Amino acid sequence: MDPVVHLEGVVAVMGGFPVLAGADLTVEQGEIVLLRGPNGAGKTSLLRLCAGLLPVERGAARVLGCDLAADRTSVRNRVGLLGHANGLYADLTVRDNVTFWGATVGASGDEIAASLARMGLDGRLATVRVGRLSAGQRRRTALACLVARRAELWLLDEPHAGLDAAGRDELDATLREAASAGATVMVASHELERAGALATRVVDVVGGRVRPREEAS
Amino acid sequence: MNQPNSDTDVRQCTPVSRPTGTTFTRGLGIAALVGIGWLVVFGMFISPNDRVQKKGVRIMYIHVPSAWLAYLAFIVTGIASAAYLFKRTRSLTWDRIAGASAEVGVLFMGITLVSGSLWGRISWGTYWTWDARLTTTAFLFVTYIGYLAVRDLGGTHQQRATRSAIMALLAVLEVPLVHFSVKWWRPLHQQETVAEGKLNGLMLFSLFVGIIAFTLLYVWLVLHRQRVLAMQDLVDDRGLDVALAERRAEGAQV
Amino acid sequence: MTAWKIARLVAAKDLRIEARSRVVTNQVLPFAALVMVMFAFALDNDDVLTRVAPGLVWLATMFSMLVLVQRAFAVETADGALDALQVAGVRPGGIFLGKAMALAAELAALEAVLLLGAIVLYKAQLRGPGVPLLLATFVAATIGLSFVGTLYGGLAAGAKGRETLLPLLMLPVVAPVLIGATRATEAALGTNGASPSEGWPWIGLLTLFAALFGVGGTLAFGSLIDE
Repeated sequence: MDPVVHLEGVVAVMGGFPVLAGADLTVEQGEIVLLRGPNGAGKTSLLRLCAGLLPVERGAARVLGCDLAADRTSVRNRVGLLGHANGLYADLTVRDNVTFWGATVGASGDEIAASLARMGLDGRLATVRVGRLSAGQRRRTALACLVARRAELWLLDEPHAGLDAAGRDELDATLREAASAGATVMVASHELERAGALATRVVDVVGGRVRPREEAS
Repeated sequence: MNQPNSDTDVRQCTPVSRPTGTTFTRGLGIAALVGIGWLVVFGMFISPNDRVQKKGVRIMYIHVPSAWLAYLAFIVTGIASAAYLFKRTRSLTWDRIAGASAEVGVLFMGITLVSGSLWGRISWGTYWTWDARLTTTAFLFVTYIGYLAVRDLGGTHQQRATRSAIMALLAVLEVPLVHFSVKWWRPLHQQETVAEGKLNGLMLFSLFVGIIAFTLLYVWLVLHRQRVLAMQDLVDDRGLDVALAERRAEGAQV
Repeated sequence: MTAWKIARLVAAKDLRIEARSRVVTNQVLPFAALVMVMFAFALDNDDVLTRVAPGLVWLATMFSMLVLVQRAFAVETADGALDALQVAGVRPGGIFLGKAMALAAELAALEAVLLLGAIVLYKAQLRGPGVPLLLATFVAATIGLSFVGTLYGGLAAGAKGRETLLPLLMLPVVAPVLIGATRATEAALGTNGASPSEGWPWIGLLTLFAALFGVGGTLAFGSLIDE
């Protein structure tokens, strides 16, 4: 089986600064990989590169069979990215947002309702404008949008931040569900204990490079 | 470009510094200088005064070649941009030529507008008139400034090239629209006929010399500027190697 | 999903946002009306105002459009939605058409208000024979402006923090629309003794402009929003 993610010596640049300085990484399907490392290590850039948002300056990068160095738009639509921003429209309600993002992949009304329910957003919250929600609720909405989009590769940047305990449990359950359904998950997190329990593998990102470490349980 | 052997080598790399002149450009430069010298001699001294405008007509020897050069530069930018966008001919050299040509073009478009304005003041008493040619030139001038601003937006060299090329092509496609909209807007333009009539042989010859000289100057400027831009890109890339080395060192210490 | 389906989705989303937030109705339209009043303060002559009313309408449109375009893209960049649209693999041509359609709807509302203002404040006169020309002018100009605005708005948005670039890029480009729409409107309103028949050639120009930027924008938008 071809690995879902295969990076070799990848260098990526933002504003002249090499955010990734030669990253090597291989991720197989169904894995839940935890990226850990200090701030500024390049975790966010690694995720954005895999999503096709960051150009590959040097090196080889294949994600879901697509050559990102040649055409980084080819992998889009199959990848879901939850970055630092939520990608939501503040003036629209929770339901409007999830419906919109689900519609971009042609999700049905049932699938959208299921996504909302999955993140505990059905009911009263669904009709609240996103701009009025707390940070944690917005995060959950963004996750619901991600669920609705049925991506093959999930890229999550500090997804636990801002969520309360219940929200974090929901998130972990969702990620495990996605992985067992065939998706692959990469999570960058400072929540080492929780994410460590969730992940099948832990990877250290330092100085724009990746150092694979031991297999977690 | 020489790839450094190891990370430590990079830090001892000398900065990029080499002259942009070659034998060809030196010859070209001399020819351009000679041409301009000729132009000065003919334009300022040998060619006769105009019957109506007297000495004022001499501005023409700067104005017309400048206008020619400005439009040439604009066309070259357009062609170079198109060449970059076509996958088969895609090369950053085209992008740099487009940028260099635009810089030279802006300069000479400014000269064209100013000299034309002064000429108009001397000959017909007005600094400006809303005819198709003048207004389209002014439009191009502002569009060029916008184009140069877009070139500075940052990102990778390829992103800059694609973005600028699209801007340039849109500008090219729009020029006929601007030209015709102004022409229909102000259809009568007397000054145009006055400018084109009554040039005797010597004046035409001087004008011809001017156009040739300016063309040589244009090529010389663009070649040099294009090479400087190539070196700037090279410096950026080298800078990246240095930054990479430093980042890796930082990683190794952890 | 086809580009057309995406376009409808995006347009509906943009218009829904406007319906909920009411930024255009509460801020941009009053701004446009204010601009019309300020023209009157500055020009201070009823005859002059009536004669230049068509020009003032389109001038106010151009300036208000800058605000509309910035708003249209501020909505996308505020929470990284534009990035998310790209990652979602949504076809950029579809995003372009959708945002252009929503922008056109907002522009149409804006122009209606400005025309009303011209009739009320500047005593512009709308006569029967001129109505088809007037409608054609507004349709052609609005479509062209919405394409240009979306295209350059996308460029300014994709390059972070460069909203100041938008007026410099956009205003020269819309010069043909300003000239053409104003002349056609003058013909439709009979200003300066112009008759409606003189206005129709300008409609051709406006249509050509709209076609150029419609096609160019659909093709180029993807590259321009890519950061």
